[in-house]
Amino acid sequence: MQIVFDNVNYIYSPGTAYERHALKNISFSIEKGEFIGLIGHTGSGKSTLIQHMNGLMKATSGHIYFNGADINAQDYKLKELRSKVGLVFQYPEHQLFETTVFKDVCFGPSNLGLDKLEIELRAYEALKMVGIGDDLLDASPFELSGGQKRRVAIAGVLAMKPEVLILDEPTAGLDPRGRDDILDQIKKLHEESDITIILVSHSMEDVAKYVDRIFVMNQGELIFNHTAKEVFSRISELEEIHLAAPQVTYVMKGLKDAGFSVPLDVTTVEEAKNVILKLLKT
Amino acid sequence: MEMIKVKDLTFEYIRRDEDGNVESINTAIDNVNIKVSKGDFIAILGANGSGKSTLAKHINALLYPTKGSVWVNGLNTQEEKNLWDIRQSAGMVFQNPDNQIIAAVVEEDVGFGPENIGIPTNEIWERVEKSLKAVGMLEYRSHSPNKLSGGQKQRVAIAGIMAMKPECIILDEPTAMLDPDGRKEVISTIRELNKKEKVTILLITHHMDEVTSADKVIVMNQGKVVMQGKPREIFSKVDEIKSYRLDVPQVTELAFELKKAGLDLPEGVLTVEELVEAIKQLKKSK
Repeated sequence: MQIVFDNVNYIYSPGTAYERHALKNISFSIEKGEFIGLIGHTGSGKSTLIQHMNGLMKATSGHIYFNGADINAQDYKLKELRSKVGLVFQYPEHQLFETTVFKDVCFGPSNLGLDKLEIELRAYEALKMVGIGDDLLDASPFELSGGQKRRVAIAGVLAMKPEVLILDEPTAGLDPRGRDDILDQIKKLHEESDITIILVSHSMEDVAKYVDRIFVMNQGELIFNHTAKEVFSRISELEEIHLAAPQVTYVMKGLKDAGFSVPLDVTTVEEAKNVILKLLKT
Repeated sequence: MEMIKVKDLTFEYIRRDEDGNVESINTAIDNVNIKVSKGDFIAILGANGSGKSTLAKHINALLYPTKGSVWVNGLNTQEEKNLWDIRQSAGMVFQNPDNQIIAAVVEEDVGFGPENIGIPTNEIWERVEKSLKAVGMLEYRSHSPNKLSGGQKQRVAIAGIMAMKPECIILDEPTAMLDPDGRKEVISTIRELNKKEKVTILLITHHMDEVTSADKVIVMNQGKVVMQGKPREIFSKVDEIKSYRLDVPQVTELAFELKKAGLDLPEGVLTVEELVEAIKQLKKSK
Protein backbone atom coordinates (compact mmCIF):
# COMPACT_ATOMS: atom_id res chain seq x y z
CA MET A 1 0.00 0.00 0.00
CA GLN A 2 1.42 3.28 -1.11
CA ILE A 3 -0.75 5.85 0.64
CA VAL A 4 -2.69 5.07 3.79
CA PHE A 5 -4.94 7.48 5.70
CA ASP A 6 -5.80 6.21 9.15
CA ASN A 7 -8.59 8.12 10.87
CA VAL A 8 -7.40 11.52 9.66
CA ASN A 9 -9.10 14.67 10.96
CA TYR A 10 -8.40 18.26 10.09
CA ILE A 11 -9.89 21.25 11.85
CA TYR A 12 -9.43 24.81 10.55
CA SER A 13 -8.86 27.48 13.25
CA PRO A 14 -9.64 25.22 16.22
CA GLY A 15 -10.89 27.00 19.30
CA THR A 16 -12.03 30.13 17.41
CA ALA A 17 -15.37 31.31 16.07
CA TYR A 18 -14.24 30.19 12.59
CA GLU A 19 -13.60 26.60 13.63
CA ARG A 20 -14.47 24.19 10.84
CA HIS A 21 -14.09 20.43 10.77
CA ALA A 22 -12.85 19.97 7.20
CA LEU A 23 -11.83 16.30 7.27
CA LYS A 24 -13.75 13.85 9.42
CA ASN A 25 -12.25 10.45 10.29
CA ILE A 26 -10.89 9.77 6.82
CA SER A 27 -9.48 6.27 6.28
CA PHE A 28 -8.47 4.64 2.99
CA SER A 29 -5.57 3.06 1.23
CA ILE A 30 -4.29 3.50 -2.30
CA GLU A 31 -2.13 0.91 -4.05
CA LYS A 32 0.78 1.74 -6.31
CA GLY A 33 -0.35 2.29 -9.89
CA GLU A 34 -4.03 2.97 -9.18
CA PHE A 35 -6.06 5.63 -11.02
CA ILE A 36 -8.35 7.32 -8.49
CA GLY A 37 -11.06 9.91 -9.18
CA LEU A 38 -11.90 12.33 -6.39
CA ILE A 39 -15.24 14.11 -6.63
CA GLY A 40 -17.28 16.29 -4.33
CA HIS A 41 -18.63 19.81 -4.04
CA THR A 42 -16.71 22.98 -3.54
CA GLY A 43 -16.13 22.99 0.20
CA SER A 44 -16.50 19.20 0.58
CA GLY A 45 -12.86 18.84 1.65
CA LYS A 46 -11.24 17.64 -1.60
CA SER A 47 -8.51 20.25 -1.66
CA THR A 48 -7.82 19.86 2.04
CA LEU A 49 -7.50 16.12 1.48
CA ILE A 50 -5.00 16.32 -1.38
CA GLN A 51 -2.88 18.85 0.47
CA HIS A 52 -2.48 16.30 3.27
CA MET A 53 -1.11 13.77 0.79
CA ASN A 54 2.11 15.64 0.20
CA GLY A 55 2.45 17.19 3.61
CA LEU A 56 1.38 20.74 2.75
CA MET A 57 -1.13 20.45 5.58
CA LYS A 58 -0.67 18.51 8.78
CA ALA A 59 -3.51 16.40 10.16
CA THR A 60 -5.05 17.59 13.44
CA SER A 61 -5.31 13.92 14.43
CA GLY A 62 -4.79 10.54 12.81
CA HIS A 63 -1.92 9.15 10.72
CA ILE A 64 -0.86 9.29 7.09
CA TYR A 65 1.60 6.72 5.76
CA PHE A 66 3.52 6.95 2.50
CA ASN A 67 5.20 3.69 1.50
CA GLY A 68 4.81 2.53 5.07
CA ALA A 69 6.37 5.55 6.80
CA ASP A 70 4.38 8.00 8.95
CA ILE A 71 4.79 11.35 7.20
CA ASN A 72 4.15 13.36 10.35
CA ALA A 73 6.86 11.57 12.34
CA GLN A 74 9.61 13.81 13.74
CA ASP A 75 12.41 12.51 11.52
CA TYR A 76 10.37 12.17 8.29
CA LYS A 77 11.78 14.18 5.41
CA LEU A 78 8.84 16.13 3.98
CA LYS A 79 10.97 17.58 1.22
CA GLU A 80 11.56 14.11 -0.14
CA LEU A 81 7.84 13.35 0.08
CA ARG A 82 7.04 16.40 -2.00
CA SER A 83 9.29 15.23 -4.80
CA LYS A 84 7.53 11.86 -4.74
CA VAL A 85 3.97 13.16 -4.54
CA GLY A 86 3.54 15.75 -7.28
CA LEU A 87 0.62 18.13 -6.96
CA VAL A 88 -0.71 20.00 -9.99
CA PHE A 89 -2.92 22.84 -8.80
CA GLN A 90 -5.87 24.36 -10.65
CA TYR A 91 -4.83 26.64 -13.51
CA PRO A 92 -1.20 25.48 -13.19
CA GLU A 93 -0.24 27.57 -16.23
CA HIS A 94 -0.36 30.65 -13.98
CA GLN A 95 2.81 29.30 -12.43
CA LEU A 96 4.84 29.28 -15.65
CA PHE A 97 7.55 31.93 -15.48
CA GLU A 98 10.67 31.02 -17.47
CA THR A 99 11.72 32.40 -20.85
CA THR A 100 11.44 29.07 -22.66
CA VAL A 101 9.32 25.96 -22.30
CA PHE A 102 12.38 23.78 -21.75
CA LYS A 103 13.85 26.01 -19.00
CA ASP A 104 10.52 26.11 -17.22
CA VAL A 105 10.31 22.33 -17.03
CA CYS A 106 13.96 22.15 -15.86
CA PHE A 107 13.21 24.36 -12.87
CA GLY A 108 11.76 21.63 -10.63
CA PRO A 109 14.45 18.97 -11.05
CA SER A 110 17.23 21.57 -10.85
CA ASN A 111 16.12 22.15 -7.26
CA LEU A 112 16.68 18.48 -6.45
CA GLY A 113 20.48 18.77 -6.68
CA LEU A 114 20.79 16.64 -9.82
CA ASP A 115 23.50 17.10 -12.45
CA LYS A 116 22.75 19.09 -15.58
CA LEU A 117 22.52 16.12 -17.91
CA GLU A 118 20.02 14.34 -15.69
CA ILE A 119 17.93 17.52 -15.33
CA GLU A 120 17.74 18.06 -19.06
CA LEU A 121 17.00 14.42 -19.74
CA ARG A 122 14.11 14.50 -17.28
CA ALA A 123 12.71 17.70 -18.72
CA TYR A 124 12.92 16.30 -22.23
CA GLU A 125 11.19 13.07 -21.24
CA ALA A 126 8.49 14.88 -19.28
CA LEU A 127 7.65 17.13 -22.23
CA LYS A 128 7.49 14.11 -24.47
CA MET A 129 5.11 12.39 -22.05
CA VAL A 130 2.62 15.25 -22.23
CA GLY A 131 2.86 15.45 -26.02
CA ILE A 132 4.84 18.68 -26.41
CA GLY A 133 7.02 18.33 -29.49
CA ASP A 134 10.65 19.40 -30.02
CA ASP A 135 9.54 22.42 -32.05
CA LEU A 136 8.13 24.07 -28.93
CA LEU A 137 11.10 23.56 -26.58
CA ASP A 138 12.53 27.03 -27.22
CA ALA A 139 9.21 28.84 -27.48
CA SER A 140 8.12 31.21 -24.74
CA PRO A 141 5.55 29.47 -22.56
CA PHE A 142 3.39 32.57 -22.88
CA GLU A 143 3.00 32.15 -26.64
CA LEU A 144 1.33 28.77 -26.31
CA SER A 145 -2.38 27.96 -26.37
CA GLY A 146 -4.23 27.33 -23.10
CA GLY A 147 -4.09 23.56 -23.46
CA GLN A 148 -0.39 23.58 -24.38
CA LYS A 149 0.49 25.81 -21.42
CA ARG A 150 -1.29 23.46 -19.10
CA ARG A 151 0.59 20.47 -20.47
CA VAL A 152 3.91 22.26 -20.00
CA ALA A 153 2.94 22.97 -16.38
CA ILE A 154 2.11 19.30 -15.86
CA ALA A 155 5.45 18.35 -17.44
CA GLY A 156 7.14 20.55 -14.83
CA VAL A 157 5.74 18.30 -12.11
CA LEU A 158 6.43 15.08 -14.05
CA ALA A 159 10.10 16.05 -14.40
CA MET A 160 10.37 15.59 -10.63
CA LYS A 161 9.66 11.88 -11.33
CA PRO A 162 6.87 11.62 -8.79
CA GLU A 163 5.49 8.23 -7.77
CA VAL A 164 2.10 9.81 -7.29
CA LEU A 165 0.60 12.54 -9.46
CA ILE A 166 -2.33 14.51 -8.09
CA LEU A 167 -4.21 16.73 -10.56
CA ASP A 168 -6.72 19.26 -9.26
CA GLU A 169 -9.25 19.83 -12.07
CA PRO A 170 -6.70 19.68 -14.88
CA THR A 171 -9.29 20.46 -17.56
CA ALA A 172 -11.03 23.53 -16.06
CA GLY A 173 -11.54 26.23 -18.69
CA LEU A 174 -10.35 24.13 -21.64
CA ASP A 175 -12.51 23.46 -24.69
CA PRO A 176 -13.83 19.89 -25.20
CA ARG A 177 -10.98 18.82 -27.48
CA GLY A 178 -8.38 20.32 -25.14
CA ARG A 179 -10.03 18.43 -22.28
CA ASP A 180 -9.92 15.09 -24.13
CA ASP A 181 -6.30 15.67 -25.20
CA ILE A 182 -5.14 16.23 -21.62
CA LEU A 183 -7.11 13.33 -20.15
CA ASP A 184 -6.00 10.94 -22.91
CA GLN A 185 -2.41 12.00 -22.30
CA ILE A 186 -2.79 11.33 -18.56
CA LYS A 187 -4.34 7.95 -19.28
CA LYS A 188 -1.45 7.06 -21.57
CA LEU A 189 1.04 8.14 -18.92
CA HIS A 190 -0.73 5.89 -16.42
CA GLU A 191 -0.68 2.93 -18.78
CA GLU A 192 2.96 3.32 -19.77
CA SER A 193 4.42 3.78 -16.29
CA ASP A 194 3.58 2.57 -12.81
CA ILE A 195 2.63 6.07 -11.64
CA THR A 196 -0.34 6.43 -9.29
CA ILE A 197 -2.82 9.09 -10.41
CA ILE A 198 -5.39 10.98 -8.39
CA LEU A 199 -7.73 13.07 -10.53
CA VAL A 200 -9.91 15.70 -8.89
CA SER A 201 -12.83 16.53 -11.17
CA HIS A 202 -16.34 17.94 -11.33
CA SER A 203 -17.14 16.04 -14.49
CA MET A 204 -18.88 12.75 -13.82
CA GLU A 205 -18.56 11.78 -17.49
CA ASP A 206 -14.77 12.17 -17.36
CA VAL A 207 -14.38 10.35 -14.08
CA ALA A 208 -16.54 7.46 -15.32
CA LYS A 209 -14.49 7.19 -18.50
CA TYR A 210 -11.00 7.17 -17.00
CA VAL A 211 -10.63 6.03 -13.40
CA ASP A 212 -10.51 2.64 -11.61
CA ARG A 213 -11.95 3.79 -8.32
CA ILE A 214 -13.88 6.84 -7.12
CA PHE A 215 -13.70 8.68 -3.83
CA VAL A 216 -16.70 10.89 -3.13
CA MET A 217 -16.34 13.57 -0.46
CA ASN A 218 -19.24 15.33 1.24
CA GLN A 219 -18.98 17.80 4.11
CA GLY A 220 -15.56 16.51 5.13
CA GLU A 221 -16.49 12.84 5.02
CA LEU A 222 -15.44 10.17 2.55
CA ILE A 223 -18.85 8.73 1.72
CA PHE A 224 -18.01 6.49 -1.24
CA ASN A 225 -14.87 4.54 -2.05
CA HIS A 226 -15.91 2.20 -4.86
CA THR A 227 -15.62 1.50 -8.58
CA ALA A 228 -17.30 3.94 -10.96
CA LYS A 229 -20.06 1.46 -11.69
CA GLU A 230 -20.96 0.99 -8.05
CA VAL A 231 -20.88 4.71 -7.30
CA PHE A 232 -22.95 5.85 -10.27
CA SER A 233 -25.58 3.14 -9.92
CA ARG A 234 -26.52 4.85 -6.62
CA ILE A 235 -28.09 7.83 -8.35
CA SER A 236 -30.49 8.82 -5.58
CA GLU A 237 -27.75 8.92 -2.95
CA LEU A 238 -25.59 11.03 -5.25
CA GLU A 239 -28.45 13.44 -5.87
CA GLU A 240 -29.01 13.87 -2.16
CA ILE A 241 -25.57 15.46 -1.95
CA HIS A 242 -26.14 17.45 -5.19
CA LEU A 243 -23.94 15.32 -7.39
CA ALA A 244 -25.12 13.53 -10.50
CA ALA A 245 -24.33 10.43 -12.50
CA PRO A 246 -23.33 10.60 -16.20
CA GLN A 247 -26.26 11.26 -18.57
CA VAL A 248 -26.17 7.73 -19.99
CA THR A 249 -26.74 6.33 -16.49
CA TYR A 250 -29.91 8.44 -16.34
CA VAL A 251 -31.03 6.98 -19.68
CA MET A 252 -30.71 3.53 -18.09
CA LYS A 253 -32.65 4.66 -15.05
CA GLY A 254 -35.39 6.09 -17.29
CA LEU A 255 -35.66 2.79 -19.16
CA LYS A 256 -35.69 0.79 -15.95
CA ASP A 257 -38.42 3.03 -14.50
CA ALA A 258 -40.42 2.40 -17.68
CA GLY A 259 -40.32 -1.30 -16.88
CA PHE A 260 -37.46 -2.57 -19.04
CA SER A 261 -34.87 -4.85 -17.56
CA VAL A 262 -31.61 -2.99 -18.08
CA PRO A 263 -28.60 -2.72 -15.78
CA LEU A 264 -28.09 0.57 -13.92
CA ASP A 265 -24.32 0.37 -13.71
CA VAL A 266 -23.73 1.75 -17.21
CA THR A 267 -21.41 4.74 -17.33
CA THR A 268 -20.12 5.20 -20.89
CA VAL A 269 -21.73 5.82 -24.30
CA GLU A 270 -20.29 2.58 -25.68
CA GLU A 271 -21.82 0.43 -22.90
CA ALA A 272 -25.17 2.18 -23.12
CA LYS A 273 -25.28 1.68 -26.88
CA ASN A 274 -24.74 -2.06 -26.51
CA VAL A 275 -27.38 -2.38 -23.79
CA ILE A 276 -30.00 -0.53 -25.85
CA LEU A 277 -29.27 -2.44 -29.06
CA LYS A 278 -29.60 -5.69 -27.13
CA LEU A 279 -32.84 -4.52 -25.51
CA LEU A 280 -34.40 -3.74 -28.89
CA LYS A 281 -33.36 -7.05 -30.42
CA THR A 282 -35.20 -9.15 -27.86
CA MET B 1 -36.45 45.17 -33.87
CA GLU B 2 -32.76 44.33 -33.94
CA MET B 3 -30.80 44.46 -30.72
CA ILE B 4 -27.44 43.69 -32.26
CA LYS B 5 -26.33 43.79 -35.85
CA VAL B 6 -22.86 42.72 -36.88
CA LYS B 7 -22.07 43.40 -40.51
CA ASP B 8 -19.01 42.10 -42.41
CA LEU B 9 -16.97 42.31 -39.21
CA THR B 10 -13.25 41.62 -39.43
CA PHE B 11 -10.84 42.21 -36.57
CA GLU B 12 -7.07 41.85 -36.71
CA TYR B 13 -4.70 41.75 -33.75
CA ILE B 14 -1.58 43.46 -35.06
CA ARG B 15 1.72 42.77 -33.37
CA ARG B 16 4.47 45.34 -33.77
CA ASP B 17 8.15 45.23 -32.90
CA GLU B 18 9.98 47.94 -30.92
CA ASP B 19 10.24 50.23 -33.96
CA GLY B 20 6.53 50.00 -34.68
CA ASN B 21 6.91 47.76 -37.73
CA VAL B 22 4.21 45.14 -38.15
CA GLU B 23 5.56 41.75 -37.03
CA SER B 24 2.45 39.66 -37.51
CA ILE B 25 -1.26 39.99 -38.17
CA ASN B 26 -3.69 37.60 -36.56
CA THR B 27 -7.22 37.68 -37.94
CA ALA B 28 -9.33 36.95 -34.86
CA ILE B 29 -12.65 37.63 -36.58
CA ASP B 30 -13.05 36.97 -40.25
CA ASN B 31 -16.01 38.54 -42.05
CA VAL B 32 -18.75 37.75 -39.55
CA ASN B 33 -22.45 38.65 -39.99
CA ILE B 34 -24.89 38.24 -37.11
CA LYS B 35 -28.34 39.61 -36.28
CA VAL B 36 -29.86 39.34 -32.83
CA SER B 37 -33.50 40.37 -32.26
CA LYS B 38 -34.75 41.88 -29.02
CA GLY B 39 -35.60 39.26 -26.41
CA ASP B 40 -33.56 36.49 -28.06
CA PHE B 41 -31.45 34.01 -26.14
CA ILE B 42 -28.42 33.36 -28.31
CA ALA B 43 -25.56 31.02 -27.46
CA ILE B 44 -22.15 31.32 -29.07
CA LEU B 45 -20.08 28.15 -29.05
CA GLY B 46 -16.48 27.85 -30.04
CA ALA B 47 -13.18 26.31 -29.00
CA ASN B 48 -10.45 28.28 -27.21
CA GLY B 49 -9.13 30.85 -29.66
CA SER B 50 -12.09 30.70 -32.05
CA GLY B 51 -12.79 34.44 -31.71
CA LYS B 52 -15.91 34.37 -29.56
CA SER B 53 -14.56 36.64 -26.81
CA THR B 54 -13.19 39.06 -29.37
CA LEU B 55 -16.65 39.20 -30.92
CA ALA B 56 -18.26 39.87 -27.53
CA LYS B 57 -15.88 42.74 -26.85
CA HIS B 58 -17.04 44.41 -30.04
CA ILE B 59 -20.63 44.41 -28.88
CA ASN B 60 -20.04 46.69 -25.96
CA ALA B 61 -17.41 48.73 -27.74
CA LEU B 62 -14.34 47.47 -25.89
CA LEU B 63 -12.86 46.74 -29.32
CA TYR B 64 -13.54 48.41 -32.67
CA PRO B 65 -13.79 46.69 -36.04
CA THR B 66 -10.79 46.61 -38.39
CA LYS B 67 -13.37 46.27 -41.17
CA GLY B 68 -17.17 46.22 -41.16
CA SER B 69 -19.40 47.56 -38.40
CA VAL B 70 -21.37 46.72 -35.28
CA TRP B 71 -24.68 48.32 -34.21
CA VAL B 72 -26.16 47.94 -30.76
CA ASN B 73 -29.75 49.08 -30.43
CA GLY B 74 -29.31 50.99 -33.68
CA LEU B 75 -26.15 52.77 -32.47
CA ASN B 76 -22.88 52.35 -34.34
CA THR B 77 -20.10 51.32 -31.91
CA GLN B 78 -17.52 53.31 -33.86
CA GLU B 79 -19.08 56.67 -33.07
CA GLU B 80 -17.64 57.90 -29.82
CA LYS B 81 -20.75 59.78 -28.77
CA ASN B 82 -22.65 56.48 -28.63
CA LEU B 83 -20.17 54.82 -26.29
CA TRP B 84 -21.96 55.37 -22.97
CA ASP B 85 -25.38 54.53 -24.35
CA ILE B 86 -24.04 51.33 -25.84
CA ARG B 87 -22.31 50.22 -22.64
CA GLN B 88 -25.46 50.97 -20.71
CA SER B 89 -27.70 48.97 -23.00
CA ALA B 90 -25.27 46.06 -23.42
CA GLY B 91 -23.80 44.89 -20.11
CA MET B 92 -21.04 42.36 -19.89
CA VAL B 93 -20.32 39.56 -17.40
CA PHE B 94 -16.89 37.92 -17.40
CA GLN B 95 -15.45 34.56 -16.41
CA ASN B 96 -13.98 35.23 -13.01
CA PRO B 97 -16.47 36.59 -10.46
CA ASP B 98 -13.64 37.68 -8.14
CA ASN B 99 -12.45 40.21 -10.70
CA GLN B 100 -15.87 41.85 -10.98
CA ILE B 101 -16.81 42.48 -7.39
CA ILE B 102 -15.46 45.62 -5.77
CA ALA B 103 -17.54 46.55 -2.73
CA ALA B 104 -17.46 45.06 0.80
CA VAL B 105 -21.22 44.50 0.94
CA VAL B 106 -23.37 42.82 -1.72
CA GLU B 107 -25.95 45.62 -2.08
CA GLU B 108 -23.26 48.29 -2.39
CA ASP B 109 -21.60 46.31 -5.12
CA VAL B 110 -24.86 46.10 -7.06
CA GLY B 111 -25.48 49.83 -6.54
CA PHE B 112 -22.05 50.83 -7.83
CA GLY B 113 -23.05 50.92 -11.50
CA PRO B 114 -26.20 53.06 -11.23
CA GLU B 115 -24.42 55.39 -8.79
CA ASN B 116 -21.81 56.09 -11.44
CA ILE B 117 -24.36 57.22 -13.98
CA GLY B 118 -25.96 59.66 -11.54
CA ILE B 119 -29.17 57.85 -10.69
CA PRO B 120 -30.97 59.45 -7.66
CA THR B 121 -30.38 57.57 -4.38
CA ASN B 122 -33.96 56.39 -3.97
CA GLU B 123 -34.00 54.88 -7.37
CA ILE B 124 -30.62 53.22 -6.83
CA TRP B 125 -32.01 51.34 -3.85
CA GLU B 126 -35.09 50.36 -5.82
CA ARG B 127 -32.94 49.02 -8.64
CA VAL B 128 -30.63 47.19 -6.22
CA GLU B 129 -33.57 45.46 -4.60
CA LYS B 130 -35.17 44.55 -7.89
CA SER B 131 -31.93 43.23 -9.40
CA LEU B 132 -31.01 41.14 -6.38
CA LYS B 133 -34.50 39.72 -6.39
CA ALA B 134 -34.25 38.86 -10.09
CA VAL B 135 -31.10 36.78 -9.51
CA GLY B 136 -32.41 35.24 -6.27
CA MET B 137 -29.82 36.90 -4.02
CA LEU B 138 -31.98 39.37 -2.09
CA GLU B 139 -31.51 37.60 1.25
CA TYR B 140 -27.75 38.09 0.90
CA ARG B 141 -27.96 41.87 0.39
CA SER B 142 -26.04 42.76 3.53
CA HIS B 143 -23.52 39.93 3.27
CA SER B 144 -19.85 40.25 2.41
CA PRO B 145 -19.27 39.05 -1.19
CA ASN B 146 -16.09 37.17 -0.30
CA LYS B 147 -18.02 34.69 1.83
CA LEU B 148 -20.27 33.68 -1.08
CA SER B 149 -19.84 30.64 -3.33
CA GLY B 150 -18.65 31.09 -6.92
CA GLY B 151 -22.17 30.73 -8.32
CA GLN B 152 -23.54 33.27 -5.84
CA LYS B 153 -20.76 35.74 -6.63
CA GLN B 154 -21.47 35.39 -10.33
CA ARG B 155 -25.18 36.06 -9.68
CA VAL B 156 -24.23 39.20 -7.74
CA ALA B 157 -22.13 40.28 -10.73
CA ILE B 158 -25.18 39.73 -12.97
CA ALA B 159 -27.35 41.76 -10.53
CA GLY B 160 -24.79 44.57 -10.83
CA ILE B 161 -25.36 44.58 -14.58
CA MET B 162 -29.16 44.32 -14.19
CA ALA B 163 -29.13 47.43 -11.98
CA MET B 164 -27.96 49.37 -15.05
CA LYS B 165 -31.22 48.32 -16.74
CA PRO B 166 -29.53 46.94 -19.84
CA GLU B 167 -31.55 45.62 -22.74
CA CYS B 168 -28.92 43.04 -23.48
CA ILE B 169 -26.40 41.06 -21.39
CA ILE B 170 -23.33 39.42 -22.87
CA LEU B 171 -21.90 36.65 -20.72
CA ASP B 172 -18.40 35.50 -21.61
CA GLU B 173 -17.98 31.98 -20.22
CA PRO B 174 -19.72 32.90 -16.96
CA THR B 175 -19.57 29.33 -15.64
CA ALA B 176 -16.04 28.29 -16.59
CA MET B 177 -14.74 28.57 -13.04
CA LEU B 178 -17.81 27.22 -11.23
CA ASP B 179 -18.72 23.78 -9.92
CA PRO B 180 -21.82 21.95 -11.29
CA ASP B 181 -24.21 23.49 -8.74
CA GLY B 182 -22.86 26.97 -9.39
CA ARG B 183 -23.23 26.41 -13.12
CA LYS B 184 -26.86 25.40 -12.76
CA GLU B 185 -27.61 28.44 -10.58
CA VAL B 186 -26.11 30.84 -13.07
CA ILE B 187 -27.71 29.26 -16.15
CA SER B 188 -31.18 29.15 -14.62
CA THR B 189 -30.77 32.79 -13.51
CA ILE B 190 -29.90 33.77 -17.06
CA ARG B 191 -32.93 31.92 -18.41
CA GLU B 192 -35.23 33.63 -15.90
CA LEU B 193 -33.90 37.07 -16.85
CA ASN B 194 -34.52 36.28 -20.49
CA LYS B 195 -38.06 35.01 -19.95
CA LYS B 196 -39.34 37.31 -17.21
CA GLU B 197 -37.39 40.52 -17.72
CA LYS B 198 -37.17 40.12 -21.51
CA VAL B 199 -33.45 40.81 -21.47
CA THR B 200 -31.66 39.80 -24.67
CA ILE B 201 -28.97 37.24 -23.80
CA LEU B 202 -25.75 36.43 -25.57
CA LEU B 203 -24.16 33.48 -23.81
CA ILE B 204 -20.63 32.48 -24.76
CA THR B 205 -19.62 29.04 -23.56
CA HIS B 206 -18.07 25.73 -24.40
CA HIS B 207 -20.31 23.74 -22.10
CA MET B 208 -22.70 22.12 -24.57
CA ASP B 209 -25.39 21.31 -22.01
CA GLU B 210 -25.83 25.03 -21.30
CA VAL B 211 -27.01 25.91 -24.78
CA THR B 212 -29.84 23.41 -25.21
CA SER B 213 -32.45 25.98 -24.17
CA ALA B 214 -31.17 28.81 -26.35
CA ASP B 215 -33.31 30.13 -29.22
CA LYS B 216 -30.35 29.99 -31.55
CA VAL B 217 -26.81 28.65 -31.44
CA ILE B 218 -23.95 30.22 -33.34
CA VAL B 219 -20.79 28.14 -33.73
CA MET B 220 -17.47 29.88 -34.36
CA ASN B 221 -14.27 28.37 -35.63
CA GLN B 222 -11.05 30.22 -36.44
CA GLY B 223 -12.77 33.58 -36.50
CA LYS B 224 -15.63 32.54 -38.77
CA VAL B 225 -19.27 31.70 -38.09
CA VAL B 226 -19.47 28.10 -39.28
CA MET B 227 -22.89 26.99 -38.06
CA GLN B 228 -26.12 28.79 -37.09
CA GLY B 229 -29.43 27.32 -36.07
CA LYS B 230 -31.67 25.93 -33.37
CA PRO B 231 -29.88 23.74 -30.78
CA ARG B 232 -31.56 20.65 -32.20
CA GLU B 233 -30.35 21.39 -35.73
CA ILE B 234 -26.81 22.08 -34.53
CA PHE B 235 -26.60 19.02 -32.32
CA SER B 236 -27.85 16.67 -35.02
CA LYS B 237 -24.53 17.27 -36.80
CA VAL B 238 -22.31 15.49 -34.30
CA ASP B 239 -19.35 14.91 -36.63
CA GLU B 240 -19.28 18.52 -37.80
CA ILE B 241 -19.46 19.85 -34.21
CA LYS B 242 -16.56 17.62 -33.23
CA SER B 243 -14.46 18.86 -36.13
CA TYR B 244 -14.55 22.32 -34.51
CA ARG B 245 -12.94 20.95 -31.30
CA LEU B 246 -16.37 20.92 -29.64
CA ASP B 247 -18.56 18.19 -28.27
CA VAL B 248 -22.24 17.32 -27.88
CA PRO B 249 -24.09 16.36 -24.67
CA GLN B 250 -23.48 12.71 -23.79
CA VAL B 251 -27.10 11.74 -24.42
CA THR B 252 -26.98 13.36 -27.88
CA GLU B 253 -23.88 11.35 -28.68
CA LEU B 254 -25.56 8.14 -27.50
CA ALA B 255 -28.59 8.82 -29.73
CA PHE B 256 -26.28 9.61 -32.65
CA GLU B 257 -24.38 6.32 -32.17
CA LEU B 258 -27.65 4.36 -31.95
CA LYS B 259 -28.89 6.02 -35.13
CA LYS B 260 -25.67 5.05 -36.88
CA ALA B 261 -26.25 1.47 -35.74
CA GLY B 262 -29.56 1.55 -37.60
CA LEU B 263 -32.16 2.61 -35.01
CA ASP B 264 -34.94 4.89 -36.20
CA LEU B 265 -34.47 7.79 -33.76
CA PRO B 266 -35.27 11.49 -34.26
CA GLU B 267 -32.47 13.94 -35.19
CA GLY B 268 -30.60 15.85 -32.50
CA VAL B 269 -31.91 14.34 -29.28
CA LEU B 270 -31.14 16.84 -26.50
CA THR B 271 -32.42 15.35 -23.25
CA VAL B 272 -32.47 12.05 -21.39
CA GLU B 273 -36.30 12.10 -21.38
CA GLU B 274 -36.48 12.45 -25.17
CA LEU B 275 -34.21 9.48 -25.73
CA VAL B 276 -35.99 7.27 -23.19
CA GLU B 277 -39.34 8.16 -24.81
CA ALA B 278 -38.04 7.42 -28.32
CA ILE B 279 -36.72 4.01 -27.24
CA LYS B 280 -40.02 3.20 -25.56
CA GLN B 281 -41.82 3.97 -28.85
CA LEU B 282 -39.42 1.76 -30.82
CA LYS B 283 -39.95 -1.10 -28.41
CA LYS B 284 -43.71 -0.68 -28.61
CA SER B 285 -43.81 -0.65 -32.39
CA LYS B 286 -42.01 -3.99 -32.52
